Order: sequence, then C-alpha cells, then structure tokens
Amino acid sequence: MKALVWHGKEDVRYDTVTDPSIENPRDAIIKVTSCAICGSDLHLFHNLIPAMLPGDILGHESMGEVVEVGSDAKGSLKVGDRVVIPFTIQCGECEQCRKGNFSVCRRTNRKAELADKAFGHHTAGLFGYTHLTGGYPGGQAEYLRVPFADTTHIKVPDGIEDEKLLFLSDILPTGWQAAVQADIQPGDTVAVWGCGPVGQMTIRSAILLGAEQVIAIDHLPERLSMAEAAGAITINFEEESVIARLNELTGGEGPHKCIDAVGAEAHVSMGQPDTILDRAKQMLLAENDRPHVLREMIYACRVAGVISIIGVYTGLVDKVPMGQAMNKGLTFRMAQAHVPRWTDDLLRMIEDGRIDPSFVITHKVDLSAGPEMYRTFRDKSDSCIKVMLRP
Amino acid sequence: MPLTNVTGIARSEGDPRVERKGPSSLTGPDRLARALGWFSIGLGIAELVAPGRIARTLGLEGKEGLIRAYGVREIASAVPTLSVDKQVGLASRIGGDALDLGTLALALRSDNPKRDNAAIATALVVGITLLDLFAYFGTKSVHSREPGSGRDYSDRSGLPRGAQASRGLARKDFDIPADYRAEGRVAHAVPERAA
Ligand SMILES: NC(=O)c1ccc[n+]([C@@H]2O[C@H](COP(=O)([O-])OP(=O)(O)OC[C@H]3O[C@@H](n4cnc5c(N)ncnc54)[C@H](O)[C@@H]3O)[C@@H](O)[C@H]2O)c1
Ligand SMILES: [Zn+2]
Ligand SMILES: [Zn+2]
Repeated sequence: MKALVWHGKEDVRYDTVTDPSIENPRDAIIKVTSCAICGSDLHLFHNLIPAMLPGDILGHESMGEVVEVGSDAKGSLKVGDRVVIPFTIQCGECEQCRKGNFSVCRRTNRKAELADKAFGHHTAGLFGYTHLTGGYPGGQAEYLRVPFADTTHIKVPDGIEDEKLLFLSDILPTGWQAAVQADIQPGDTVAVWGCGPVGQMTIRSAILLGAEQVIAIDHLPERLSMAEAAGAITINFEEESVIARLNELTGGEGPHKCIDAVGAEAHVSMGQPDTILDRAKQMLLAENDRPHVLREMIYACRVAGVISIIGVYTGLVDKVPMGQAMNKGLTFRMAQAHVPRWTDDLLRMIEDGRIDPSFVITHKVDLSAGPEMYRTFRDKSDSCIKVMLRP
Repeated sequence: MPLTNVTGIARSEGDPRVERKGPSSLTGPDRLARALGWFSIGLGIAELVAPGRIARTLGLEGKEGLIRAYGVREIASAVPTLSVDKQVGLASRIGGDALDLGTLALALRSDNPKRDNAAIATALVVGITLLDLFAYFGTKSVHSREPGSGRDYSDRSGLPRGAQASRGLARKDFDIPADYRAEGRVAHAVPERAA
C-alpha cells in the first residue's frame, strides 16, 4: 500500500509499504477514506521528539471503512462499518480508561518500558506518534491496523461527508477539551493563543460553551481572519503588545481563562527575544521546547484564573514564572485529548448543525501530495491551515 | 546520528515495512544546505585539530590561533545550518566565507612561496561561497509564505447558526463534568459581614 513515511528531519516520503494485517484478536483493519496532517505531526517533522525510526508511518487523524475484524472485536465492529479512529488507543478497561482519561490508558502502549523511563510512568498508545507512545504505524496510509479496535473507534452514520466527521479523530475533541478543561462559564473572557486548527476548534468550543468574549492571538492574517469569522477579537502579536491589549479588553484584570494552543514551537522573532534564546538552547540540546506562550499566559491571566494547556510540550522548559503562577493562585489543566470522552457530545452537535468542523480545511489533495503538503503546512504558505488527504 | 541508535528502539514485528521509497519532502536546496552543514563540521574539526598544517600549506605561519577560531566559527554555523532554521546558519556561513576570503587575500601576496596553494584555496572558497548563496536563496524561495498568503477566511465561521446565535448553544445538553470544574463556587463560605 501507499503511505507517508518518516525518514528523518523534514524528510517525509510517499512510499510503497507492506500491507498491515490482523495481529491480535482485538484488531481491525480499516481502509482509509480520509486523513489529515496535524500540528503535532510538525513536531515529528522537526524531529523534536527523538523517538522516531526511519520507516515509521505517520498520521493520527484518519477515518474509513472496516475491511477486516479480529475475532475479539466482532461484537462491536463488522466489515463495512464507517468509523473515525481516535488518535488515542484505549483498552476501555483499565483504571484510567474507566475514569475517561483515555490518553493515559495503562494498557495500550506496547513500548511501556521505554516510556516509563522517559516519563516516569507511560501514557497511552497513539497512532504514528513516536515509539514513546507505542510506535504504532499511523493512518496517513491506504490501510490502518487499529489495535484494541473494539474500544478504539467512533461509529459514524452514512449521509454526512468525511469533511464534517474526520476531525472527531483529534482536533475537534482536542479544541473542545481545551475549552472544557478551562472550565469556561457564561460571562468568561477566554484568551486563546494560537489560531492553527486546534486553536480554531478551541475558539468555536469556547463560544458554544457560552464565553462572553473570546480573544484569539496569532500573527498570521489568514488565521486571524478565520478566528474573527467565529466572533473572536483578534490580537496580532507581531503588531501589538499582547499583555497590554488583554488588559485593555478586560478592564485591567486579565482573561479569566487562558488557553495554550501553540505548545513547544512558539514562533521565533525579535519581538519576543525569549524565543531566540530558547531556540539557541534547543540547538545546543539545552532545552526541549520554547515555552513563550506559557510564560505569557501566566503573566496575563487573571488571579485565580485557569491555564489550559492543549499545545504539546515535549520535555524540559526553562524560565517558567512559577512564582507568579503560585502567588496568583492559578489552576493548571493539561493533557493529550481524551478523545472518546467527548465524541458522543460532539457528533450530536455536528448532526444537529451546531458546529461544522469542515470550515478549517484549506487544502484537499491526494495522499501522494503528502510530502509537499507537509512543507506547505509547516511553512504556512499558500494560506494553508488544514490539509485533508485522500488515499 | 539519530538518538534512536542510543536508546535501542526497534520497530515491532508485524508493522508494515518500506518496499519502495517515493518522493520526499526535502527539496534540492534543503539537501544542499544539509551537505554544507556537514562540510562545515568537517572543515571546522580540521581547523581545530590541525591549524599548523593548514597555516604551513597556505603560507600563513603565525595565524594558527586565527585558524582555530575559524574552526569554532565553522562548527557554530554548522549547528543552525543542520537545523530547521537553516537560513540562519547559511547566512552566518556566507559571513564566514567573506572572512575566509579576506584572510586568504593575505596569503596571495607576491612574496608568499605558497602562493599557488593559497590561490587554489581561494578558488575553493569562492566555489563554496557560491553554493552557500545558492542554498540560502534557494531555501528562502522554496520555504517562503508566498504565493497566496494572507487569504481572507472571514466567511468560515464553522458555526452554521452564526457566531452570535451559537453562544452557549452547547449548554442545553452539556455541562462541564465535575472532574473538570476548576472555579470556586463557594459564595456560602464567605464570612457574613456584621450588620
Ligand atoms: N493535546 C492534544 O491532544 C493535541 C492534539 C492535537 C494537537 N495538539 C497540539 O496543539 C498545537 C497546535 O496544533 P495546530 O494543529 O493548531 O498547529 P499549528 O502549528 O498549525 O498552529 C500553531 C499556531 O500557533 C501560532 N503561534 C506561534 N507562536 C505563537 C505565539 N507566541 N502566540 C500566539 N500564537 C502563536 C502559529 O502562528 C500557528 O498558527 C500543537 O502543539 C499540537 O501538537 C495537541
Ligand atoms: Zn493531532
Ligand atoms: Zn485503558
């Protein structure tokens, strides 16, 4: 089959690989009808997490049709079912799955020993996202083996196009969780850093949850225009002071809720000198991430406010103003999205027309254009916001 | 060297394996930049460990310290050249090329018995400078935001009922779960003000 394969830093190829097959009675194989490139894939494209092997298949946002089902998954899946595959692989039975903390499932990471060493305690298996999360082949491919398939799928009805359903795999529940874990209440002012696909979904989620004022921060005009489309007030951090504007918009008190939809790779620029220092340290392997947004959020947030981190961090970060956070009494919530916890609610809102996540797609191309699209998405060229691929 | 060699990660048995490699996301200028980065490391190490030999070959005796400093400079510019921010590295390489050419000009003086060697070295550095320039402008053009940047997406709300009418719409059948509540709701705990 054809697949997008990681060969090294900035080296993604459209390769011919062997087909996956059922390895375990709980497996299923799906024929992928649509998949997408995520901001998280860019961290791998940049080799920020040194746990990829040349030859690993990328991709964790996929949907398709079930073509083969292992004996133990037959109770919940059958050939022909239309499914979206969450990026988290969950057993559905362990202590964390029973609490709804699916992205830290205790049983699906088949490289748990390695992950225990790196993280102290391992997290769930994820598709196409390094050997720290199981090294499972990803779904930017014609076929995908889904382990624990009886609990790792979202059944979706016919009659709604892929465009509206695909993002149940990741960015819609991710943006939703970013808003939910900020505990957004009617009347809140919510500031969202980053207007990439995740930030866009977060903005819509904040509105649907009743936020009074949503403030969106980025520097790319096309992304800011998309944020405005949902009624957000925008701040271009290259043109104005984020802190000053946030204070101005909140009577000097700061936003009640601050959401980081940027993560490890904050934009590096002269206007934000800390990012230059972080970048230099990254090159010397003295720091893993560039936590500019984290620093800014802690400073901007209202006292006793909530900091919700959904942007991915990969490891060690420097100069986080912990004293400010502690004295202001801030609450921190963060996680990889617990996808299936939210998908019933979100599918219902798609079905009854409260949200249509297809708005974010700017590029719809054949899987063979994948390598070029990684470049376009990373370079933010051609006003690219979200790439959908069809195998 | 990939760190995965150190950690001993291996692919699992049944996973798909590459049968035939296809087109890559790396462009020509990206590959050239990478080659120049590794070249920088090689030259930098040579300048660091054998500055005396280089000085003698070029008739630049007494400039060993400078050559060693150039070695440090080569390695320092190799790091960003091999990173995702190759343009920073390439720009610093181009600056370094100018310094190299300036220093070699000293060795081109007519009384230098090693003048021919210095001429060959100068030609090589001119060639490398051209490659650096080509890689710099090449990567700049393949990774530019143009064309079509700054498009207007202000008609893409994603909220079919409109932004204003969608405010709070999720609340009719969704409440923030108890384990996700973060805000205080403790008005009853506030001490009563004495009347
Ligand atoms: N927690 C999860 O489950 C989960 C799931 C999916 C993605 N993610 C993460 O979410 C993040 C965003 O993903 P995406 O797909 O939207 O990626 P993206 O790279 O398209 O978007 C990031 C955006 O942040 C903006 N940005 C950079 N520096 C900024 C700054 N200082 N202030 C404000 N904005 C800034 C960029 O311009 C860009 O628009 C990534 O880190 C990704 O890994 C997390
Ligand atoms: Zn993702
Ligand atoms: Zn589990």
